[in-house]
Amino acid sequence: MTTNAAQPLIEIAQVSKFFGAFQALKSVSLGVNQGERVVVCGPSGSGKSTLIRCINQLEKHEEGDITVDGVTHDGTSKALNAIRQKVGMVFQQFNLFPHLSVLENLTLGPIRSRGMSRSDAEALAMQYLERVRIPEQSEKFPRQLSGGQQQRVAIARSLCMEPQIMLFDEPTSALDPEMINEVLDVMTELASSGMTMICVTHEMGFARRVADTMVFMDHGEIVEVAPPEKFFQQPDSERCQDFLQKILQH
Amino acid sequence: MIKKLFPLSLLLLLAGCAGANWGWYVVDPTTKSGYNNVWFLLTGLYYTVLLSVTAILISVVVGLLVALPGLSANRYLRGFNRVYVEFVRAVPILVLILWVYYGLPQLAGIAISVFWAGVIALALSDSAFEAEIFRAGIQSIDKGQYEASHSISLNYADTMRFVILPQAIRRILPALGNQLVYMLKMSSLVSVIGMQELTRKANELVVTEYRPLEIYTVLVLEYLVLILIVSAMVRWLERRMQTDERN
Repeated sequence: MTTNAAQPLIEIAQVSKFFGAFQALKSVSLGVNQGERVVVCGPSGSGKSTLIRCINQLEKHEEGDITVDGVTHDGTSKALNAIRQKVGMVFQQFNLFPHLSVLENLTLGPIRSRGMSRSDAEALAMQYLERVRIPEQSEKFPRQLSGGQQQRVAIARSLCMEPQIMLFDEPTSALDPEMINEVLDVMTELASSGMTMICVTHEMGFARRVADTMVFMDHGEIVEVAPPEKFFQQPDSERCQDFLQKILQH
Repeated sequence: MIKKLFPLSLLLLLAGCAGANWGWYVVDPTTKSGYNNVWFLLTGLYYTVLLSVTAILISVVVGLLVALPGLSANRYLRGFNRVYVEFVRAVPILVLILWVYYGLPQLAGIAISVFWAGVIALALSDSAFEAEIFRAGIQSIDKGQYEASHSISLNYADTMRFVILPQAIRRILPALGNQLVYMLKMSSLVSVIGMQELTRKANELVVTEYRPLEIYTVLVLEYLVLILIVSAMVRWLERRMQTDERN
């Protein structure tokens, strides 16, 4: 738990990742401090999802080191489990368990991997359902909920593991426009509570409001890292300027 | 085909009406001997059901244990799955029954009862098919379900037990039901090594009564009723399990 100020909570050092002959990440380095909110953007195929998926090893990187709270991925399941316990993840497609009720979706992790009793896990789950503002849906099944509600359940499911870090992989991209805000509101509230977050998103309004650091990726490289004021007004790289022009125009 | 069958069935019907060749008295429950005969035939039900159910339970477990290595990233584990499935699938059930009953005791130096020889042969033979059904079912589950399980730190066994298999089994239930019906029918083959199940009972009665047409017709009906019951049970189970996933 003790993180000294010099050492970032997440340290990504010269990480490369290949899919066959295609290099998805080209020696990428990034540090994220405790409580920092990082928004990663970039064109599709730029490697931003791959980057955050490497942090909890849903993708295995071939080169470089990833260290989370002092634990480095070394290929052992011990390190993997230690890191996955600290890192929560929210997916574009929600990935809720369709055969389990909302409450069971939330309690499965705490009961099976944190060893909590059912009653404690249910109390915890209800607490997080309150926090994402859908406690009344606890007995329903995922398919009975709207997309926005499903994504909020997915966020609550991650929070039930009480992670130190939350990763968001385009959490609003699969949602109907009218449901995007309810999810962003929950994420904004989470950010203001001091959670360390890395969000891959195209929601630039959210990024402006919430981010401490903006990261722009293109072709498997981190092209620009800057605080949002500078990032949106005068980014250094031309590629970043182009990208922002395209997505901020509409 | 139809043209040939039609006059044949007409002939059968006429013969039946004339009462020339039918001898339903052998299985007429209103007479004492007929009642005894029907009872004799029905006692085979016990072993047919016990044999099939025991064999299917074992074959589902073995099938799953064979299917899981087939989904592994390790090529030797996948190789084991392939060899098992291809080899076991290639042996006819009847041949396997004979081999297990007559051959295995000699090889292993142990005595195997008729019942267990039947169970082992049926379960082994079916396990290859079960393995393929499970593999297909598990492979049909979205990759996101594994990723979500990893992200909440579930280990492999918990991921399978609580996330993947419950969803896979719902999808393969019709195929599993098929296998159960198939197993019930194939259990009739175990009669060749002397298992006292439905077919064996019918054979024995035919030898004493010389009325194969009537007795085998009853046998057909016995299997038909048994399998209709199983089908109804599988349908019911399907409906029950799917209510929480369907829209």
